[in-house]
Parts: sequence; structure tokens; C-alpha cells
Amino acid sequence: MVITLLISIGIISLLSVFLAILMVIADATIGNYGTVKISINDGSKVLEVDGGQPLLRALNQEGVFIPSACGGRGSCGLCKVKVVSGGGDYLPTELPFISDEERKQLIRLSCQVKVKTDVAIVIPEELFLVKEFTTVVESIKDLTHDIKQVTLSLKDPTEISTKAGQYIQFVVPEYEDSDESVYRAYSMASPPGDSKHVELEIRLVPNGICTTYVHKHLKEGDEVIINGPYGEFYLRDTERNIIFIAGGSGMAPIKSMLLDMEKKGSTRKTTYFFGARSKRDLFLLDEMKALEKTIPNFTFVPALSEPQAEDKWEGEVGLITDVVRRMVSEGSNSEAYLCGSPGMIDACIKVLHELEVPPENVFYDKF
Amino acid sequence: MNESIMPFAIFFASIFTGNILLTNYLGMCSFLSVSKELKTSLGLGAAVIFVMATTTPLNWLVYRYLLIPFGLDYLRFIAFIIVIAAFVQLTEMVIERYSEPLYQSLGIFLPLITVNCAILGASLFMVIREYTLFTSFLFGLGSGIGWFIAIIAMAGIRQKLKNAKVPPGLEGPGITLVIAGFMAMAFMGFSGMIALS
Repeated sequence: MVITLLISIGIISLLSVFLAILMVIADATIGNYGTVKISINDGSKVLEVDGGQPLLRALNQEGVFIPSACGGRGSCGLCKVKVVSGGGDYLPTELPFISDEERKQLIRLSCQVKVKTDVAIVIPEELFLVKEFTTVVESIKDLTHDIKQVTLSLKDPTEISTKAGQYIQFVVPEYEDSDESVYRAYSMASPPGDSKHVELEIRLVPNGICTTYVHKHLKEGDEVIINGPYGEFYLRDTERNIIFIAGGSGMAPIKSMLLDMEKKGSTRKTTYFFGARSKRDLFLLDEMKALEKTIPNFTFVPALSEPQAEDKWEGEVGLITDVVRRMVSEGSNSEAYLCGSPGMIDACIKVLHELEVPPENVFYDKF
Repeated sequence: MNESIMPFAIFFASIFTGNILLTNYLGMCSFLSVSKELKTSLGLGAAVIFVMATTTPLNWLVYRYLLIPFGLDYLRFIAFIIVIAAFVQLTEMVIERYSEPLYQSLGIFLPLITVNCAILGASLFMVIREYTLFTSFLFGLGSGIGWFIAIIAMAGIRQKLKNAKVPPGLEGPGITLVIAGFMAMAFMGFSGMIALS
């Protein structure tokens, strides 16, 4: 009995050891690509990395953060990078995410491209600003029954350089409802002027990994890792009229933009439509009223789609799209910034189109 | 049946009458998920042919010269899985290093089929049916080709299906499974052609 046991363990181990040795040898010879160079933006930065690994991971290890939501599995299609040389041909796993236009511009999915030889890539300059920050929770405040305002104070590095409306990624550590570390993107509500803090507005999503963590587990004084800033959703510096439309925690980037406008003394004609279901979903009303006084030509229009009897609501009533249609007569000289759920944004884009807002002046952040 | 043509009968049987996918329903997972496009199906199908044709005789050697002498044939599941996984990984590394075009078309699919049950199934059938080394190779090759034909046929049908009006409740996996069922029935038409014990 014991002998049979030993023999079976021995044989299987022998087989495994033999194959393992084979693999180790193969990895050190066939799989060894030596050290390769990644040249970024025409040599403005050159990294030396171990060959054979995916470009995304190689860049991350060297502190260049390319936004990615799936963690390198090739399923989100966000980690696009222009690879000028050394990337080899397109892989079938990349093609579903790359349009013909992007192909002509040599855009690749950096999680699929393996660095086997020296490569040259081009990334937006802003990505150099992207860093990982260690922060501490300074305060957590209830804005509504399901939205919390979380203020993080930066520890290392101590300052962040942002544009109003951009977002960061919040790293959620392992906790009881999630056995792996994940990250989720949130817009910053704090203005660029405040470089020592990051303020987030996070709505509780049922079963959401990050939102549950923030609402149920995060306490003041806890350490939080974030990286950023990312995003093309920022206030353009023009003379056009501004239409802001947001719902729920879509308030965050718009608030950041408004605070930035206040500081810079903007005089552009600005209307902010904020949609909510009933009064208990409204928040920051006092702050917005105060901004109406300090920013010339700024109007805040909160609208309720289903006001309750006890709300005693006297403001605008109806879906946000109807309110926008009622109050904006003509939009050809306007820029629009939308932040909210995909359904709301798609509906609003249609209305803005009817109001003749040029499509290239409509910016949005869907979540 | 004449002994000398037996291996070739097994080869053809494993393609048609005993198609590993359509009569044994093995390897359904990748069959359903990758058969959306003809091009990717070709790559995956080719990878399956290669891996089956090589791992089945390889496992035959492991079984015959390592497991049987020590009376350990009940460990074949573990042994076969280890051999398949290591072999596939090794092949992927070699291809990635030495042939860019081959890696493009075939290499990236290799990790996908390491855990494909059709591959393990072929090795286990080889044991149950007591094939020789040569027949094991032909059986593995035939089973791979059979799987290849099935996924190519499915990909072709699914490309046509893009223009068809599928009832909403049946879209995606639903209609694919129904089609796989019809294909299996069609392949049953081959069943009388080669009589194997």
C-alpha cells in the first residue's frame, strides 16, 4: 500500500520535474529576449526593460501608466498606444478594438504587443503626468442617501497636476467581497487649483466592488492608492456659451470645472442642468447657489423627474432632456459637457443635435 | 476488417462517423465562443489539429512506457493533463520566437486550447480503444481534422446568420447550439459508412 503510494507520487513528480526543468530551460533560452529599449516620443524618454513581456506591463513597471480597465486581458480596448516601430504585425486579439483609421495611425493595444526587440512608441505628453499617489482619507461625507463625498489628501507625491473634469483610478485592495485588487475610474470634483487634495463623489452601485468598499468599509484615516489623472473630458478654453448637463454623481467633474471657472473669472454664458429623480437625490444646492453669485452669467437649473408630494418642489419638472429643450432655444454657438449614465447621455446628444449644437463641441463622460 | 487498413479506417472514422465534437460533444466551449469569424476559426482549428496529432502519440508513449509498467494507469488523467499543458506551452514559446507569421495565425490560440477537453478526450479514447502508437497518431490527426471541419462549418453558417432574422430570445449561444444540434444530426448520416467495434 505504502509502496504503491510512493511509486505513484514518485512517477507523477518525476514527470512534472522533467517537464518543469524543460520549461525552465526553454524560458531561459527560447523565451529570453534580453534587455530591450522602449523609446518614447522620439527618444524624449528611453526605458530599458526585460524583453518578452507585454508592452503595457513593461511601461507600468517603469512608472508610465497607460489607462486600462481590464488589467491586460485584451477585453477593454482602452490601452491604445501608437507603436511606430518594433511592434510586429497586428494580432487577431487586437483587431476587434482597432478601427481602420487607427490602423493607419499604427495604434495598437499595448497589452497585446510583446516587446521582443527595441520599440519606439508615441504617447500623449499628459501620460507622463500620470503617477501613482499614496493618499489618506481626510473626510467622508453623505451627499444624498446613496452618494458619498470622499476627500483624499495626497501623501506621496504630495501634489497632482490636473485639468478640470479629468478622472483618476481608485485602487480597491482585496477585501471580504472581492478576492483580488481592482481599480475603478472616478471623476475628480476638486478643482485644479487645489493640487494637494482629490475629491470624489461616489454613488453606491448595488454589488459594485469599489462603491461597496467605499460606502461600507472605507474610514477616515485609511490609506488609498490612486493613479491619474486621465481623460479628454476637460473644459475647452473658448468664448462659446457653455451647456453643462449632469445626473447623479456626474456632478463631480462639472463641479470641478465650475470651481475652475470661478477662479479664472470666466464670463461665458453658462447653464448647468442637473437631473435627479426626487429631492432626496439632489445635493450641493447651496454650493451651486453660491457659484451663481460668484460666476457672472452662470445659471444652475436643477430638475426633478418624479418630485414627491413632500418635496414641495417649485423648480423645473420633467426629464432632463425636456428641460434642456425648453430652456435652450438655439445652440449653434454653444459647447456642451455631459456627464452621467449612457442612457441619459445618448438622449441628451440627440436633443443637442436638434438644438444645432455642433457635434464636435459636445463632450461627454459616460459611466 | 482487414488489419492493414484498420489505421486508415480509424483515421476516417475519427473525422466523420466519430467526429469528436459532433458525436461526443467534446470541446464545445471554444467551439461556441470562437466560431464567430471564419478567420479566427481557421487559426484555432489548425492549432487543434496540430496539438491533437502531437499530444495523442506523446501521451501514448507516457502511458505505455511510464504508467503501465508501474501499474499506474489510473493516474492517466493527471499525467495526460500535465503533458498536454507543458507541451502546448513549449510549442507556443518556440513559435513565438522563431516564426512571426505562424504565431500570428496559430500561436496565440495555443493557450486557449491547453484546457480544451477534446484534446484530453482524444488521449483518453486512445487508451480505452487500445490503439497502437501509429493508430494513435492517425486518430489524433483525424480527430483534429474533424474538429477543424466542424468549427469551419459552424463559422461559415454563423457568418451567413449575421444577415438572418433570428428571434431575439434565440440570439447568440441559443441559435448556435440549435445549429450544432442540426450539424450533429447531419453527421449521423455518415454513421453506417465505417463500422468500428
